[in-house]
Amino acid sequence: MPRPGFVLDVDKSTPPILFHHGEGFRLEKLPADRSRVIYPGEPLEALDDVEQSIQDALLHPLDMDPLPELLKPGMKLTIAFDDVSLPLPPMKRPDIRQRVIEAVLDMAAAAGVDDVHLIAALALHRRMTEDELRHAVGDRVYDAFAPQGALYNHDAEDPDNLAFLGETKHGEEVEINKRAAESDLLVYVNINIVSMDGGHKSTATGLASYRAIKHHHNVHTMEHSKSFMDRHNSELHHSNWRMGKVIADAGVKVFQIETTINNDTFGDALPMSVLAKREWEWTAKDRVSFIGMQQGLKRLSGPTRRKIFQAHRAPYGVTSVTAGAIEPVHEKTLQHCFDQHLVEVEGQTDILTMGLPYICPYNVNSIMNPILVMCLGLGYFFNMYRGKPLVREGGVLIMTHPTPWEFHPVHHPSYIDFFEQVLADTTDPTEIEQKWEKQFAEDEWYRHLYRTSYAYHGVHPFYMWYWGSHALKHLGRVIIVGGDKRAVHRLGFKAASTLNDAFEMAEDVVGRHPTITHLKNPPIVMADVK
Amino acid sequence: MVDKKGLEKLASSVQKARAKVPPVRALVAQTSFPYRAPTTPLTVEPKPEEPTLLGHYDSDWARKLPARYARFFLTEGMVRPIIAGLAQPERKGLDRLADLDGPVIFAANHHSHIDAGLLITSLPEPYRHQVFAAAAADYFFDTRVKATASALVLNAIPIERTKVGRRSAEQAAGLIDDGWSMIIFPEGGRSPDGWGQPFRGGAAYLAIKCGVPVVPIHLAGTGRILPKGKNRPKPQRTVVTFGTPIRANEGERSQGFSDRIEAAVAALADEATTDWYSARRRAASGETPTLAGPESGAWRRTWALTANRKKPRTTTKRWPDL
Repeated sequence: MPRPGFVLDVDKSTPPILFHHGEGFRLEKLPADRSRVIYPGEPLEALDDVEQSIQDALLHPLDMDPLPELLKPGMKLTIAFDDVSLPLPPMKRPDIRQRVIEAVLDMAAAAGVDDVHLIAALALHRRMTEDELRHAVGDRVYDAFAPQGALYNHDAEDPDNLAFLGETKHGEEVEINKRAAESDLLVYVNINIVSMDGGHKSTATGLASYRAIKHHHNVHTMEHSKSFMDRHNSELHHSNWRMGKVIADAGVKVFQIETTINNDTFGDALPMSVLAKREWEWTAKDRVSFIGMQQGLKRLSGPTRRKIFQAHRAPYGVTSVTAGAIEPVHEKTLQHCFDQHLVEVEGQTDILTMGLPYICPYNVNSIMNPILVMCLGLGYFFNMYRGKPLVREGGVLIMTHPTPWEFHPVHHPSYIDFFEQVLADTTDPTEIEQKWEKQFAEDEWYRHLYRTSYAYHGVHPFYMWYWGSHALKHLGRVIIVGGDKRAVHRLGFKAASTLNDAFEMAEDVVGRHPTITHLKNPPIVMADVK
Repeated sequence: MVDKKGLEKLASSVQKARAKVPPVRALVAQTSFPYRAPTTPLTVEPKPEEPTLLGHYDSDWARKLPARYARFFLTEGMVRPIIAGLAQPERKGLDRLADLDGPVIFAANHHSHIDAGLLITSLPEPYRHQVFAAAAADYFFDTRVKATASALVLNAIPIERTKVGRRSAEQAAGLIDDGWSMIIFPEGGRSPDGWGQPFRGGAAYLAIKCGVPVVPIHLAGTGRILPKGKNRPKPQRTVVTFGTPIRANEGERSQGFSDRIEAAVAALADEATTDWYSARRRAASGETPTLAGPESGAWRRTWALTANRKKPRTTTKRWPDL
């Protein structure tokens, strides 16, 4: 029976706590009697028979007819699927997308459907490479569809292949992939690694254009999404739900398939398995492996370390497969996500600490540049709450990460200019949005790289910054421990060499003897703050 | 000739070097987690330790290549000479195994700790180095040292004697399916008085489950080398008799098959103490003596046991010791 997540009150017997630190780790002693650590739950039991569960979901969908009844000869079928940003880290083969898509295609083949397209729903993310597509959908599917041009990446900047479907009552324009919009049936295959994923957001964002996405990927929306992991209190989701209604009213029929995975991020094999263990349960073998891993990593170059970590494939177990109409499916999926991730926490804290790992949604097979460090900490980890933020208003956020001044020139070209030009001017999200966004979003060179190379859209670094705007507004100070000082200062944060130094610096903002909460993530944990 | 000044210089530099090295105690005191074992926070209920001994012992490592090489050298370089010295085995009936192909279950009677070693060294190739032993979890796997030694030397897996262990049965069946043969003593333990004990159904169950034949084997004489309750072995001659492999009949239940295995071992015991033809005739007329011996008082059972010995004791001591 897996143990649920819990809150540990730190006392003198508590051993140092493991903090992720990019492609490395730190062991940090937290002050006794005023610190607490939020531990994630152990991996929930995985489904015994995933194939059977997929069949059950497709044959008994929620509020829709069974999939075989929706498939007819001569119809236009489009299967969209989540891109390389999910799950994190990538899962061991076979990827759950492959298993679901193969099951859908088996039924389509039985029904005699010839016109089938598969689209990686990547919105404004970079295009997936052949290897990445093969990993996601499997070789069998790739070889059957890619050579005919029927398996491809969504292009949010292709005017010929986008369909304008109308506006919401709030004036939000809805424009999505033309093929998806004109299909008789759109099957969307999700991996819902966190509660933010899925629902109407899959189609309304994943298959949308910049023209549509800008209506919810902006400072106002993000500042009013409290948090965007809690759909019912997220302006981001409200906007997507409104767009979902426009899509449905335009006659787009979506058969939603959502899947959830458990917290088995690091598996049973040492040395990675130690990262999922509670420190006081480390055996002698765990400790030897950890010391070996630490010492080994110290002696390796940054690119080698990155290569090793990026090669890790997580042995996630699939915990649910649900199919049918978007809203009932998503409500069920949310429950599965919360079962794995939610931990009840009593009250807020003065200082929130977090160890940032080597990966975030936008640096799979890439470099975690300083903007992504900000986005992972202030965007994702800060928002891992329901109710109230873990840290009080005016509190301090302390993150550990090396924050190197490094960028992937192919994946993140506009990030480089954003960092050099925009952040050198201002770090205020609203000012950035008003002064700079349009210029980057409509830059022809960035557009060209997004469409033909493997670059994130020109506007993407702005969205990363907006992603953290709620945290920026809420926090009194942000400190990065162990980061490149120049890069940290460019982000507008403070740099500290040690965690104790960071605590000293934080006391200037929150007063003496502050309370401290450490969010021990990954594996994923979400705080239900009372 | 050594210069006095040079010696002084050397001594002083040694002293300086020693002063730079902190004492071991100070080094130990300075170490912290993860170099030291962690302490458990006061508010946390320590996780119950997962059992790793008895029936939970994981012996998979013993079937990896390094352990297999080590076992090969142990079997041939240590166990075989010891068995040759202590048991001087005579091996009969090996020709009955000539047509065997694939994994089998070797089921033998059990008198002594030496039985497993004797049996393994008596097996023909390819079985000798492709076999695992089902060993009592409560005896062979109760300490880490015994468990490691049993797994390494005998390629043993733990079998629960006191309860039906699904885990043990599944592990054994998995190994048989993977091509390993099994040695099992269906009596479940060593004989307390030299006579046999009723066979339990494990060997028959696994043979039916995996669809493999059972080779009945009778071991004679090992009870006199190292009987239950003794620690010091006494060399004796032994006889290992291999029987004809038997398979479960269509729809046969494990208890019925187990009875047939027991009867086959009893017939081999009869063959070892008399001759093959006489034993066959008694088997045909249902008069084979049981392994369990007569139902009578302890002294009469011992009396009957010694009467069954085919050969006189070979290590009679002369008295007085001249």
